[in-house]
Amino acid sequence: MKHLLGIADLDASELDHLLGLTDHFVEVSRRRMPKVPALQGRTVCWLFYEDSTRTKLSFEQAAKRLSADTLNFTVSSSSVRKGESLRDTVETIEAMGVDAIVVRHGSAGVPTQVSRWVSASVVNAGDGWHEHPTQALLDCYTIREQLGSLDGTRIAIVGDIAHSRVARSDVWAFTKLGAEVTLVAPTTLLPPSLDGWPVRVDQSLDRVLPHVDVVYLLRMQQERMTEALLPTLREYTARWGLTRRRVDQLAEKAIVMHPGPMNRGVEIAADVADLPRAVVIDQVRNGVAVRMAVLYELLGAGSIVVTDPKEIRVPEVNT
Amino acid sequence: MADRERRSTPPFGGVFVSRSQVLDGDDVRRAIWRMAHEVIEANHGLDNVVVVGLQTGGIPFAAELAQALEKIDGGAPPLGSLDVAFHRDDIGLRPVLPSAVTEIPFDLSGQIVVLVDDVLFTGRTIRAALDAVHSYGRPRSVQLAVMVDRGHRELPIRPDYVGKNLPTRRDEVVNATVDGVDLGEMLK
Repeated sequence: MKHLLGIADLDASELDHLLGLTDHFVEVSRRRMPKVPALQGRTVCWLFYEDSTRTKLSFEQAAKRLSADTLNFTVSSSSVRKGESLRDTVETIEAMGVDAIVVRHGSAGVPTQVSRWVSASVVNAGDGWHEHPTQALLDCYTIREQLGSLDGTRIAIVGDIAHSRVARSDVWAFTKLGAEVTLVAPTTLLPPSLDGWPVRVDQSLDRVLPHVDVVYLLRMQQERMTEALLPTLREYTARWGLTRRRVDQLAEKAIVMHPGPMNRGVEIAADVADLPRAVVIDQVRNGVAVRMAVLYELLGAGSIVVTDPKEIRVPEVNT
Repeated sequence: MADRERRSTPPFGGVFVSRSQVLDGDDVRRAIWRMAHEVIEANHGLDNVVVVGLQTGGIPFAAELAQALEKIDGGAPPLGSLDVAFHRDDIGLRPVLPSAVTEIPFDLSGQIVVLVDDVLFTGRTIRAALDAVHSYGRPRSVQLAVMVDRGHRELPIRPDYVGKNLPTRRDEVVNATVDGVDLGEMLK
């Protein structure tokens, strides 16, 4: 694997491979000295055109635990403000000798475009409403850790699907690994077309809740109110918020997930977020291990392909 | 040669073809039994001794050694497994197997760690293992048990317990399992 641009480009076996690799890094993170020299001498550059706290910190922690060096590119204090183009910026960074560029940008497709310009590996850390692959991987890992497997798992993704890159990456990852996904949202917050999405859609959270193993809540972005997509936040909470009363409809072992940052009292009630079944903190913890696996896969594992021994042809041997 | 090599594509893997059997299953068991006695003798018992097998080839030998130690001494030493992939100096040349995860659920500080591997060749795996072991504490000492020492060391590393000294050519391949030790070659 050279780049990680989106979950849509990966098949189930590649997802499985990355999740299997994550097991190793979860173990590394538990060590007394949770650092390995695997990416010594490699340099990773953060190219974040959009604000991010947890994704960037998580990548930073992952790179440091792999002993990679990191370069920080902060758009607000760079030549971008003097009008430097994306291409010039990227080529300048590459000329300094980086092995991977982790890109976050407000426009969909920027990481893919960057990957065409450079020879370094490119990781998509979120582009517009398109994809956020490492979030989807850590979500899959967390579900696997909590419930054993995604195969046959019933997952409801609730909230602002239309403007969510997390929802898009999650839909691909969950369904590729065999889960059944139901989108729950007001019509105004669903994408205009769901052609080709392997999902069911339901307007009613109350109808869906008793039949799912995972409730995945998306962040309700305040700025949507000004776009007149919803009457009020209180109405959203009344119909699609995970309140204490609604939690009681969930199956005993069902878990509650959220990519963060949470709006307590909007999409998730304040006390619901603190229930043992809310695994938000586990998601963050697994995020570091998943990002270690991604960086290691792109920079460390090289081009070696692990094959099934049966696929290797054995010539005749005279003994 | 471990599962790692078997499963990777040429030039780092292929199919092992045996030319001659050096030890059969019974010989291997007897060698492990002798090594277990040597471990106990060298450490005056099994106090603070822990056995750590190296993924993936060393794992079955570590389990056998721990079993033999328990039969001889009565107490079972803690048994762990270690994958050194992230500590190697040739990272990328060997794939990480998702199933071969490290498991050392105990602190190694003050312990006598007996590392167990199938074949000792260049010594680079052991170099990586010595590095990795220190992520789990500061052991009192680290000892090395290998089923086969085939020579061709590239680093100043020597084993403490050897099942079989086997002079080899560099291009030969040693396949050591608990069912026997074979000398042969890898077909690409």
